[in-house]
Amino acid sequence: MTGRPRTVIVGASIAGISTAEALRRAGYDGTITVAGEEPHRPYNRPPLSKQVLTGQWAPEDASIAPAETFSGLGIDLLLGVRATGLDTDRRRVRTEAGELAYDSLVIATGVAARVAGPLPPLAGVHTLRTLDDATALRAGLDGAARALVVGGGVLGGEIAAGLAKRGLTVTLVGRGEQLCFGQVGPLLAPLLADLHRTNGVRLELGRDVVELRGADRVTGAVLSDGSEVAADLVVTAVGSRPRVEWLAGAPLRSSDGVECDPAGRAAPDVYAVGDVARWADASGGSSTRVEHQQHAIEQAHAVAATIATGVARAPGIVPFFWSELHGTRIQAYGRFDGASSLAVVAGDAADGRFVALATRDGVPVGVVGWNLPRAFREVRARFASTSADLGERQLVP
Amino acid sequence: MRIEVNEPACVGSGQCALVAEDLFDQDDDGIVIVLADHVAAGLEDAARRAAALCPARAIALVE
Ligand SMILES: Cc1cc2nc3c(=O)[nH]c(=O)nc-3n(C[C@H](O)[C@H](O)[C@H](O)COP(=O)(O)OP(=O)(O)OC[C@H]3O[C@@H](n4cnc5c(N)ncnc54)[C@H](O)[C@@H]3O)c2cc1C
Ligand code: SF4
Repeated sequence: MTGRPRTVIVGASIAGISTAEALRRAGYDGTITVAGEEPHRPYNRPPLSKQVLTGQWAPEDASIAPAETFSGLGIDLLLGVRATGLDTDRRRVRTEAGELAYDSLVIATGVAARVAGPLPPLAGVHTLRTLDDATALRAGLDGAARALVVGGGVLGGEIAAGLAKRGLTVTLVGRGEQLCFGQVGPLLAPLLADLHRTNGVRLELGRDVVELRGADRVTGAVLSDGSEVAADLVVTAVGSRPRVEWLAGAPLRSSDGVECDPAGRAAPDVYAVGDVARWADASGGSSTRVEHQQHAIEQAHAVAATIATGVARAPGIVPFFWSELHGTRIQAYGRFDGASSLAVVAGDAADGRFVALATRDGVPVGVVGWNLPRAFREVRARFASTSADLGERQLVP
Repeated sequence: MRIEVNEPACVGSGQCALVAEDLFDQDDDGIVIVLADHVAAGLEDAARRAAALCPARAIALVE
């Protein structure tokens, strides 16, 4: 290595930006270059399906930080620059604007919205992943009266709620018999369904969209049970695919996300963070790819510490996420895989405000908050400090 | 060091109060309450950690 060490980060969203900032906080004095394909100043995605969709915020309000923050930290932000290839032998990232040489590389390219089946590209059909998607969707609301949301997951639910708030008549179609909500879905499905129905969203569960109607502009859809739904606006939220296409040919394993060890290392001096990353479990469980804002931030902090100190940090991050549906704040902390029951420990489910412990075979595995955020935090803090399996761990190989 | 919060952006995660309970609390709706606008010496690192962990990027520190 000659001169200052160089870190290149590909992807200028929450995971990439958090890594860059954390490197500086950790005292890293090398160069930091962040290359992102989108032309916009880095922004947060969670508000896109909430305040930006409902019109409470202008799209710019979702910005992660003012431009001076990056220049002040000596972070070189290359916006509108897409990475097209990786050469790990020569330690270079190929981009549309030339090559970037690195000593440490952080892959933070996130995921893209999956496109629903073979649906034709009619006007009035949207997805929601990027700021441009959000702007297009907002423009598409003009004159729209009946919306069809395809996808029974968290994002589909938020979009349905946002459109209902905007005064549209909303139908939500989900393939499963129940609404999904990440790993907590099975525990919360009946509550979620009630919440949607009370707020005027019509649910069509256990069905799929098999055909869209319309010549140039969508007019409706045919569902798998043969029924038809009239709609002048369709939004699909049917999952995501990791943005790994630019890594084709590189010696990394990346079939469903970039595979990493518990410290986020995919290869020597190559790391992955955020939605694109699949980290091995620190205690030997199966690897996971988590699509939550907080997870992206915590992975970024761990990788920045590893790069800055040279000592691998494997934090054993416990997933936390929040969502907001019809003004109800839902929070979940833990690993809910296989959890089968909820025991309310604060508030009252009948009042629509509670905190509950989720258990698997009688053992608490996570905390769920339903419109009771402060108590959620208190229960979470107690839970994390009493559960051997949870909390931060440090592993020095 | 001074703390500025963007309340409309706060999502009530409680992350700030978990890592810096002397500096942050939450109201009943979970929205952040700053306990001390000026960060006392010795709490700066906790303040930086809270700002860095906030999933809504709602905490700014003015040095
Ligand atoms: C509408 C919406 C609402 C959400 N709400 C919540 C929520 O309430 N709570 C929650 O916990 N999480 C939520 N999430 C998830 C959260 O936004 C993600 O976990 C987070 O954005 C992950 O950040 P990331 O940086 O890993 O990936 P991304 O945010 O996807 O960023 C990756 C960036 O890399 C860029 N990129 C891709 N390929 C290349 C390339 N080859 N070269 C250069 N740049 C490239 C992309 O353009 C993108 O800007 C939501 C997501 C969406 C879309
Ligand atoms: S960490 Fe951020 S979002 Fe969470 S309560 Fe504090 S200010 Fe609000």
